[in-house]
Amino acid sequence: MSTHPRKRLAEHSMVASLLAAALAVAPACKKTAPASDHRDGTAAATGGNKITIGVLTDMSGLYADLAGAGSVVAAQMAIDDMGGKVAGMAIEIVSGDHQNKADIGSNIAREWYDTKGVDVIVDVPTSSVALAVSELTRSKNKVFLASGPGSADLTGKSCSPNTIHWTYDTWALANATGREIVKHGGDSWFFLAADYAFGTALERDVTRVVEASGGKVLGGVKHPLNAPDFSSFLLQAQSSGAKIVGLANAGGDTINAIKQAAEFGIVAKGQKLAGLLVFISDVNALGLDAAQGLILSEAFYWDRDDNTRGWSKAFAARHDGKMPTMVHAGVYSAVLHYLKAIAELKAAGDGKAVVAKMEALPTDDRLFGKGTIDPNGRKRHAMYVYEVKAPGDSKAKWDYYKLIREVPADQAFRAPADSACPLVAK
Amino acid sequence: MPGEISAQALFGQLLLGLINGSFYALLSLGLAIIFGLLNVINFAHGALYTLGAFIGWAVLHYAGIGYWPALIVAPLAVGALGIVVERTLLQRLYRLDPLYNLLLTFGLALIIQGLLQTRFGSSGEPYEIPALLKGVKDLGFMVLPVYRGWVTVVSLVVCLTTWFVTERTKLGSYLRAATENPALVQAFGINVPRMVTMTYGLGVALAAFAGVLAAPIYRVSPGMGAEMIIVVFAVVVIGGMGSIMGSIVTGFALGLIEALTKVFYPAASSTVVFALMAVVLLVRPAGLFGKAT
Amino acid sequence: MTGANRIWRTDHAVFAAMIGLLVLAPLVSYPVLLMKGMCLALFACAFNLLIGYAGLLSFGHAMFLGGAGYAAAHAAKVWQLPPELAIVFGTAVAASLGAVVGWLAIRRQGIYFAMITLGLAQMVYFFCLQSGFTHGEDGIQGVPRGALLGIVDLDDSAVMYGFVLAVFSLGFAIIYRVIHSPFGAVLTAIRENEPRAISLGYNTDHYKLIAFVLSAALSGTAGATKALVFQVASLTDVHWTMSGEVVLMTLIGGLGRFTGPVAGAFVIIAIEKYFGESGGKIVVAQGVVFAICVLAFRQGIMGKLSAALNRPL
Repeated sequence: MSTHPRKRLAEHSMVASLLAAALAVAPACKKTAPASDHRDGTAAATGGNKITIGVLTDMSGLYADLAGAGSVVAAQMAIDDMGGKVAGMAIEIVSGDHQNKADIGSNIAREWYDTKGVDVIVDVPTSSVALAVSELTRSKNKVFLASGPGSADLTGKSCSPNTIHWTYDTWALANATGREIVKHGGDSWFFLAADYAFGTALERDVTRVVEASGGKVLGGVKHPLNAPDFSSFLLQAQSSGAKIVGLANAGGDTINAIKQAAEFGIVAKGQKLAGLLVFISDVNALGLDAAQGLILSEAFYWDRDDNTRGWSKAFAARHDGKMPTMVHAGVYSAVLHYLKAIAELKAAGDGKAVVAKMEALPTDDRLFGKGTIDPNGRKRHAMYVYEVKAPGDSKAKWDYYKLIREVPADQAFRAPADSACPLVAK
Repeated sequence: MPGEISAQALFGQLLLGLINGSFYALLSLGLAIIFGLLNVINFAHGALYTLGAFIGWAVLHYAGIGYWPALIVAPLAVGALGIVVERTLLQRLYRLDPLYNLLLTFGLALIIQGLLQTRFGSSGEPYEIPALLKGVKDLGFMVLPVYRGWVTVVSLVVCLTTWFVTERTKLGSYLRAATENPALVQAFGINVPRMVTMTYGLGVALAAFAGVLAAPIYRVSPGMGAEMIIVVFAVVVIGGMGSIMGSIVTGFALGLIEALTKVFYPAASSTVVFALMAVVLLVRPAGLFGKAT
Repeated sequence: MTGANRIWRTDHAVFAAMIGLLVLAPLVSYPVLLMKGMCLALFACAFNLLIGYAGLLSFGHAMFLGGAGYAAAHAAKVWQLPPELAIVFGTAVAASLGAVVGWLAIRRQGIYFAMITLGLAQMVYFFCLQSGFTHGEDGIQGVPRGALLGIVDLDDSAVMYGFVLAVFSLGFAIIYRVIHSPFGAVLTAIRENEPRAISLGYNTDHYKLIAFVLSAALSGTAGATKALVFQVASLTDVHWTMSGEVVLMTLIGGLGRFTGPVAGAFVIIAIEKYFGESGGKIVVAQGVVFAICVLAFRQGIMGKLSAALNRPL
């Protein structure tokens, strides 16, 4: 027998590690669907006689309030409005948390497509995850209804015949907010941009719109992502003398910047803040004291008309009394239209065919009214420019917005010909 | 445009830097105290700072207790938690390599942050500036929000008081002696383990105090500590890991340096502290104010 | 036949059994999950080389995992390199970065060493965030898996699985060979008592640096392979929380236990799967496991089982 203790230790620990690995893997195991082979490229058969909708969203991170569990509620409401079945098939929902990480998101999407028979993925706030999911959806020939993300590349150079970009995008926001503000006298701008791809792109898009509308950009400063303190950048904004301070950032950075701008009295001293990516859930988190006077654009506001009010109140009853954001509304609208397309096609297996049908049918629902979908996958509807009310003007919780202008659907989004999408015939 | 700035505006930026520095100083003070006496690298410091801010929010939200009492309540609560943690968990690991304590406190930080995240989500809760401190004061070269001025003043007071207690009083001398030779100090009849426990409680109470101070201006969110803690570690390492004055001075100094970087080269403002830390560690490993071991 | 030879053959048999288990696993478990597990297991084994055998705790190892991931993704997507070259490139980038960081960090010990690695890793993170070629938050998307050696198509899941298994086995074998070699013995000596090793005439800094570069290079291999598996290179892999995760994996498995990190990596994957509906709960679970491991379970899974199975040493 060997007297070498170290080698025996290694031998035993290897045996033990096999056992441990097996034990660790076993609970995580999932039988792959019997019909699937290991090729990624082919379209796997759908799970028999049902449609499975996957709501992939951010359940616990920065975007949990503007999307998150509310998106699942919205999708369920769309299913209920269709009667729970379509073309004789039952409808099922699964949901998952991508935690705003591209690798986790694409992993969940991959697993859903391969093993759970998911036919369509909805929501996905966070553009980096959306781009990854769009790519994956194309290679597996499923459907992706992007209600949450903002990147205009989804209908631009990264467009796909399996993806429809639903609620909004950065081009539409830049266009609506930028153009309207300049028209109303906000002709000198200073940018506070997050120092990464998204912030830079947003700043660039809005700069283009501002200058095209006759305004001037006096300068800008880039701040690091997730900066807790904006005081020095806000000081620079103040001393620039620009009428408008444009916030080319999102999520926590925007909230922090607005809060601290209120602290420094930027709005009180006559400058106005333009939020380039702000949702009603952010305004709720800020409180009207800090957010009043902020100008922003959204595709949907719960209090816009009787239709939206009715739906929103039903939504709030199922979502802790919180009113829906435009992302939630987009999920509802997208799922509804998807189910209508399936009802006509009577099959859900071929993603490209379903999307083609969705693009062929004009859209119509209580929340966005009548709309169309462009050949590059861009859903078209009106955008609305709002100003956040002062605390004295707000009569109830969630009564936050004052409408400034409606941008009609044909002007609100980029023309397909300008999108650089290879699917669009020139 | 970055790089071009008037003297007036520069003063304004430096003042803001000083204000940020006061948070760094408060937090690194707590870390330095804990490391100095316990030889524990308290990775949970950021999470306890966050917890302090949340307790401040919670007592307002659920019990109507406002900002001023919260400044006492939150540190007391977190300090008590710290005492429990030290007694039940940290004490077991003193005889081992200090890296184990770092790992344990890292685990604690994850637990606290994860629980807060599960309960509150990530976008955070609003917390208003107390009425007495609202508004701005025109200083000529800039407008200074009153609250920020208050933060700087109170941090300075707390920092200097703590320094005074540890360096110039009898209690402080016991603490310092216990760092160097706990057995001997114990032999003199001083209850060293209890002193150690109280010190940990004090250190984390300071973190919670900073948390309440931060609540009205930074966002009260589960992630607020995580972003801070790495920078604060760098501050403590630069200042000298056991040196109280070192952390105070470095904290304020770093605020100033960051402010200058934001003006002249904003892209580097997040990394300048790490570059400095690497340089200091290579040139003067005990830190600028630390004692060479 | 001597006893040492018999043990050596036993080691090989056990090694083969582990590979066999991994070959059969995709029949019961989702292959992509297992591939992630193997990449992380290789990462953890490389990390373990440093902490378990050389006694150096690095708190910034994510910079090698993620940095190589970006390098390989860029090479595969923009320069259109075939997958094996992309991985080699990623490994080379990680090794060079490891040489620089190691040279700076080795000068100090213990907690200061850890702090330097943390600080430098932060700088790498911010570089990746702000650099043009990494596309910041979007990451590098749509990385092609390509064709191995120009002939074997890696888009097929089964083929990719075999390739990842091969890379993992190779990396694992290299680490095994390094540890059970005179070099490895010197490393252990340095960990146990550095002054004595110096007095025996070994240039300990030299050995530590080599170990560091090796650890960085193999972490890079893991990162580059991971980027090809998921076809995405993102900031998650360079963030400091990933550095914390690899410490956790190694801790769970058992520091300095040879196959500990493999078990640890798969346990982490299982946690992520179990608590997948909520990111917050994953963090709590990780924290609890961390705390329990440090307080009561310092030997890790492997250590406890080894102790149970072993005869007295």
